[in-house]
Amino acid sequence: MGHDFAYPPVDFETHPDRYRHWKLQIDGPVATLTMAVDEDGGLWPGRYELKLNSYDLGVDIELADATQRLRFEHPQVRVVKVTGPEGSKVFCAGANIRMLGMAPHAFKVNFCKFTNETRVNIEDATTHSGQVWVAALNGTASGGGYELALACEEIWLIEDGNAAVSLPEVPLLGVLPGTGGLTRLTDKRKLRRDIADVFCTKAEGFRARDAVKHDLVDRSWPRSQWAQGTAARAAELAAQVAAAHPERQGPGVPLPPLSRRATETGWAYDHVQVQLGHDGRVATITLSGPSDAPRRDATTWSLQAFRELDDALLRLRLNHLGVGLILVQTRGDRQQLLAHERQVIDGAEGDWFWREVQLFQARTLRRLDNTSKTLFAIIDAGSAFVGTLFELALACDRQYMFADEDGQNTVLLTDANQGVFPMATGLSRLDARFPGDPDAVEAVLEQEDEIDASVAEELGLVTASPDDIDWEDEVRIAVEERASLSPDALTGMEQNLRFGGAETCETKIYGRLSAWQNWIFQRPNAVGERGALTMYGHPERPVFDFDRT
Amino acid sequence: MSTIATDERIPNNVDLSHDKRLQRALEKWQPAYLDWWRSVGPQVFSENDVYLRTAISTEPGGWANFDYVKMPDYRWGIFLADPEPGRVIPGGDHAGKPVWQEVPGEYRNVLKRIIVVQADTEPASVEQQRWLAATAPSLYDARNLFQVNVEEGRHLWAMVYLLHAYFGRDGRDEADELLARRAGDPDKPRILDAFNQPCEDWLTFHCFTCFTDRDGKFQLGALAESAFDPLSRTCRFMLTEEAHHLFVGETGMERIIRRAAQLQRTAPEGDVRGVGGIDLPTIQKYVNYWFSYCLDLFGSEVSTNAADYFASGLKGRWREAKDYTEHGALHQTRRVDYVEGDKIVGHDVALRNAMNEVLRADYAEDCERVVARWNKALEEEGVSERIHLPHNRFHRRQGIYSEHRFDPQGNLISQAEWDRMADVWLPTDADRAYVKSLMKPVLEPGKFANYIAAPKRGIHGQPVEFEYVRTDG
Repeated sequence: MGHDFAYPPVDFETHPDRYRHWKLQIDGPVATLTMAVDEDGGLWPGRYELKLNSYDLGVDIELADATQRLRFEHPQVRVVKVTGPEGSKVFCAGANIRMLGMAPHAFKVNFCKFTNETRVNIEDATTHSGQVWVAALNGTASGGGYELALACEEIWLIEDGNAAVSLPEVPLLGVLPGTGGLTRLTDKRKLRRDIADVFCTKAEGFRARDAVKHDLVDRSWPRSQWAQGTAARAAELAAQVAAAHPERQGPGVPLPPLSRRATETGWAYDHVQVQLGHDGRVATITLSGPSDAPRRDATTWSLQAFRELDDALLRLRLNHLGVGLILVQTRGDRQQLLAHERQVIDGAEGDWFWREVQLFQARTLRRLDNTSKTLFAIIDAGSAFVGTLFELALACDRQYMFADEDGQNTVLLTDANQGVFPMATGLSRLDARFPGDPDAVEAVLEQEDEIDASVAEELGLVTASPDDIDWEDEVRIAVEERASLSPDALTGMEQNLRFGGAETCETKIYGRLSAWQNWIFQRPNAVGERGALTMYGHPERPVFDFDRT
Repeated sequence: MSTIATDERIPNNVDLSHDKRLQRALEKWQPAYLDWWRSVGPQVFSENDVYLRTAISTEPGGWANFDYVKMPDYRWGIFLADPEPGRVIPGGDHAGKPVWQEVPGEYRNVLKRIIVVQADTEPASVEQQRWLAATAPSLYDARNLFQVNVEEGRHLWAMVYLLHAYFGRDGRDEADELLARRAGDPDKPRILDAFNQPCEDWLTFHCFTCFTDRDGKFQLGALAESAFDPLSRTCRFMLTEEAHHLFVGETGMERIIRRAAQLQRTAPEGDVRGVGGIDLPTIQKYVNYWFSYCLDLFGSEVSTNAADYFASGLKGRWREAKDYTEHGALHQTRRVDYVEGDKIVGHDVALRNAMNEVLRADYAEDCERVVARWNKALEEEGVSERIHLPHNRFHRRQGIYSEHRFDPQGNLISQAEWDRMADVWLPTDADRAYVKSLMKPVLEPGKFANYIAAPKRGIHGQPVEFEYVRTDG
């Protein structure tokens, strides 16, 4: 196993002109996204081949890019059809096993998390943006290939006596379907558990007849009727969605590249700065407010700043594994921040663009919730934790607020804190902060004015509010103490505490990935010398320790 | 020897009458099989008397009983080679342990898939050849075609028996699917591409029977080395029948080649086509096409599945038990040539992962022996031309060579060079049209179409001019 392999930094920005693995074709209200993975186009050249339309992080970055651009750049698209190359027997064989076999553990976990986020965002587009994703499986979809289909609203499978859907991870690899497959079988498609059990242990899966019978796919057509049948169903869906979303009209809004540049201690964009310190163990993200008025394009602060934040988080996750603690800071003019926020929230009522901006902000905040690094909000002098930006503070594990003498350092809650940006649990971050205590939430929301440090602490909005005698020491000690604790234990603890309350399909997907899959990924039965994942593709068969834990 | 029950509805040596459940299941499948035979089996002379051999015993000689029979009345039976007492697993991780009489649960699905893929080829070739007898070059050749067809049908029976007997409801479903798929049907195609092309001329038929059925021989040989004893016994018996199919293909090709040489010597200016024959360059193109096409059937050069099948004992190497002494095949390698830039570079691959390549090489060696016999015929006929097998990298559509171009000697060439030479190396539409234009039936006993020489002797001691198919009904 190549645990010592230092992989090259990952770049998350791309564009359809540069896609190596997908073809995006738009025909009126129907977009076709064809997965045609370039075997030699893996992220780590020469180390593995992306055979059978299997994917790695690079392939998924392009898919994630497509999901975002379709929402912003092609608002008239109602149906997004994901399909495989014409004439291919395989739609997608899932995540590339060789890549997983050689990837360091942290990369594997982050790869799985990113792919999960992409699939959850596909569902988000279907639910909120009137872009219904459908999987047109013109060949076999196994493992992650079928899980991608499961993220779609409808699954169609060609009936040619060969194509099948399957989740062969357990019988073939000794690991789990790691991209929400198990959860979506029971919670989304409502499969009977014994049927699901049979399906998940049958390496070859089900072909069309049985797949339709057991509701693993929604429709199937024989090869001669495939093109016509899928086109007709796509057109039918498109008409339904168009009727439900008449506001999604007009030209799209192109997403330009971000202006990332290296700095002495990290990197920076126009509105977001990342500074690395403490021997690379601590990152400070500073988000700065707008300097001009909102405008209806992708450079408007509300979109650009959050795109920058999103990119910064992804880079910290994949390219800076050593960073265990992120300090979140804000700067900016409050009135301008409020003006931009108002534009987004009011605009979202009738203009698809502002609605998309709001949904994008919500997704970025959830990306923050899901980041397995400690998050501390540093509400220091000059901070601007106002409304939408206060959601950043609420997403953090702790909030430190500087209590200045004249009460100038304040936070402000707005409509943005009342459920506009729900967490994966479906709760607002404020509701999640005060479990079982609606009075506390009400007390907070009654505050229409700026809230200073002492009131904020009293209301339970911040963890501590040291004054200028203690501030520096308190923050320093909190940082140093955090840096000394076990990173694994912290990850587990934080994820437990962040997602209080009832589970949703989404929280289960992330939670069970973190708990079960990542446990199995560490076990000798998967990655030991004779583990199933290690042995896959090798001439010897796996040997299991049959003791149950 | 095992007891043969030939008076039952389904002749067998598997004691079917004592397994009522299985007997009922197969008797239910039988009418569906006969419907299939009538609708997509031979469409010409389908109700005529044909001089065919029928297996009535698995003893040497006993399995070849010759008589006139109407094909739908052919007694398709279930025959397994007699069990070898004390047989042990020939290869893989379980080598040396007793063979399995039942399917181990952990291998059930994959074993079922292996059997289904093999089984699917049997009815497929019957479907591909269903109109061929309409242009038979002789009654002798028509009879050979039908013999091949009924035995492919029997091979389907043998595989269906395994599916019914050992794979429960899943197996019965698969057996039904074997009759539902159709060669060339866009909606229900046969599993392997090579079995979806129609076979419309006799040069193609003999190439198919020589090269594609020879792939079948090696696949069956690998399965004959299986740890699953009923599969091994089934395949061993099928191999005895397969030998005749290969004989039909090999000698059919030899007769066409011999005739080409004869016409070349006697035709004005050696223009074979001018006198209605198939010329040697055209034959060479067909050989190039079919040999390369059949190499693809062996699968990827480096294969996880191949390693798994060997490791678990589901398949062995060709003559694993007889020809090898070390049956683990671990910690050994095999050199596989890769294309790197503009060079061919050999890399050592774990032997188990290269098992497809091992079987492919055995196959190619067997084909070389066949071609050597054809060249002996050319020598006898006094012409200097020879037939050559192309290199195993030539014209591949699957595996590591499929994305590059090679000449028939295996040299890496450019796409432009390929485009320039493809029509010289492979049959063109015009070549195919010419061959098809020669396809006219010759139905007088002892007479042969002009493009094919008469065989040296008849079938089962009968003269060449014997009425192998009674054309008067």
